Amino acid sequence: MDLLDFARGPALQVAAYIFVAGIIWRLVGIIMLKEKPEFSDPRKPGGFMAALKVIYTRSFTAAPFKRATLYPKMLGYVLHIGFFVVILLFVPHIVFFEGFLGFDWPGLPNNAIYLAGVATVVSGLALLVRRLTNPVLKLISNFDDYFSWFVTMLPIVTGLIMPVRMGVRYETLLAIHILSVAVLMIWLPFGKLGHSFLVFVTRGTTGMVFERRGAKT
Amino acid sequence: MTTVDGRHTLDREAERLAYKPPEVRHDVQGDMETEERVEKAMHHFVKNFNSQTASYLDGCLHCGMCADACHFHVRTDDPRYTPIWKLELFKQAYKREAGPFAFFYRLFGFKKKVTIEQLKEWQHLLYDSCTVCGRCSLVCPMGIDIAGLVSMARHGMFMAGLIPHELHETAKRAAETGSPLGITPEKFEDRVEWMADEHDVEIPMDVEQADVLAVMSSIEIQKYPQSIAATARILNAAGESWTFRTDGFEATNFGMLSGNPNWQKEATMKLINAAIKIGAKLIVLPECGHAYMALRWMGANVYGKPLPFKVMHISEYMADALNTGKIKVKKVDTSVTYHDPCQVSRRGGATKAARDVIRHLGVDFREMEYGGDYNWCCGGGGGVVTIKRADPLRHRVFKLKMDQVEATEAKELLSSCANCRQSFDDSQEHFSWDYKMGSLMEMVAENLEEGQS
Repeated sequence: MDLLDFARGPALQVAAYIFVAGIIWRLVGIIMLKEKPEFSDPRKPGGFMAALKVIYTRSFTAAPFKRATLYPKMLGYVLHIGFFVVILLFVPHIVFFEGFLGFDWPGLPNNAIYLAGVATVVSGLALLVRRLTNPVLKLISNFDDYFSWFVTMLPIVTGLIMPVRMGVRYETLLAIHILSVAVLMIWLPFGKLGHSFLVFVTRGTTGMVFERRGAKT
Repeated sequence: MTTVDGRHTLDREAERLAYKPPEVRHDVQGDMETEERVEKAMHHFVKNFNSQTASYLDGCLHCGMCADACHFHVRTDDPRYTPIWKLELFKQAYKREAGPFAFFYRLFGFKKKVTIEQLKEWQHLLYDSCTVCGRCSLVCPMGIDIAGLVSMARHGMFMAGLIPHELHETAKRAAETGSPLGITPEKFEDRVEWMADEHDVEIPMDVEQADVLAVMSSIEIQKYPQSIAATARILNAAGESWTFRTDGFEATNFGMLSGNPNWQKEATMKLINAAIKIGAKLIVLPECGHAYMALRWMGANVYGKPLPFKVMHISEYMADALNTGKIKVKKVDTSVTYHDPCQVSRRGGATKAARDVIRHLGVDFREMEYGGDYNWCCGGGGGVVTIKRADPLRHRVFKLKMDQVEATEAKELLSSCANCRQSFDDSQEHFSWDYKMGSLMEMVAENLEEGQS
């Protein structure tokens, strides 16, 4: 078994198991905690619709905070959109997904994907610089922040250098790229990258609690 | 020509008139062993954990945006005042002791055990520099209610005997005498009689059966007793069957503010029992922010079942009475800006009520820039106004409020919270500021239509 076979086979498979099991473990660990009953007389219905509302509305910044948070927010948007464009709209990725989903969807031209990848890395770098220099971020950051940044950037960077080759075999570069995805999948459930699924829980619960009070969400 | 005495080094870098600020005092109550304190702090923090709070502690992105919403950080640029940093020890304890991956955190030593020195240091962050105003909760992209977590952390701190002395003493006095300012039922009765005479208004006391139980805050009884008369005028004008009760008059809840759930329950139950005893259909809460949170949103949970009566803040009551024509007011020829009490508006959901009342008063209303739900806190909420050592920081933070008010150029500044009012009065004196905060309720009471007052 060569490196590419390993990356495509057992590495990705184990990573997928850990990815799914880790997410379930973390979510169950949180959801299984006792819930206190709420007896106060609601001003508004709250419930599931309130959760959905806040899951959507918190994607945008409220007017009073726009100026202060504009820079990191813009970088955050670029990073997230760029990341998902690369994952979901790059034709070889679509072919890969089609392998186990059974259906495909139209992709973007390679140049557009390349641009999205570069934008993702640039915004990632800018966010890293900010984390290293901003007094607030310097204080509150820990290993998780830097390691999560590293494993997020790794698949994008290893993907971007594939056309460059630099004398390395294509198969080796592809194997490294897939392994970097495996590392990301293994780490995602455990650290701050868990926000990718926890965001629905945190925003949703805030929505349910504060909407029933009729309070600002 | 001046010559330099070589025996002394010349320091050109030192700030002129520089002084070394005093060390921050860390207060300690009781005589527990160090280990026991840490244990208690963490145990009582984690004790009230549910999936909501767990997801909050697990979900933080460390984006630091909450710092931009916190008045303490905005005014000082001190990164320690970043709201989520105020919870760092508790996040650490959660991940190490209770989170889904606690085992790994302990096994690999990723999260260290919290120490007593850290907890003492955090006393300043959890009490002196947080008013639990919840502005940070609105900026968080993950939707984490940071202010709610601070309240839980305070619970742990209280049980470990690690809260500021002044707040502890105030809360203890409230638990022992029923009032944070030591106002006994007899004293309350005296003040009510005095106000009834002074303002020539009928004030029912200890009526055995009434539809409405009105309650007051000690700050009003002591500092702003005219509020008693104003409450009476409004309820009389509305034709309510109502009463004050000596066995349930104190609306403030310092058990909640300091973090003692037993004291919180005692204070809440006094009001609930008094209301049930007289068969009240409604409790009208006074102009007090945290009293609203304590009874309107937490009361039923303390009681363990739905309350058998409704709970309204006085601003909600007035809005309802004006909207339905139960009371009528004369138009007032002035310009007004309004300071929203955080626990009533932003966190309590009654932002519209005060604006309805203001509309009926017909004044030239000048909303502050980002007023209402995004209003800057007065700086004295969450018990901060009682902590003497926090005064310099509180005054510094108040500058934001001054700027916000002055920009409106309104003639009058009103609010609907005696704690905010106290905090404003103190800062107004400190800065010799031109604005004096008035009460929305008093403006309504003074302008009731003829025949109603």
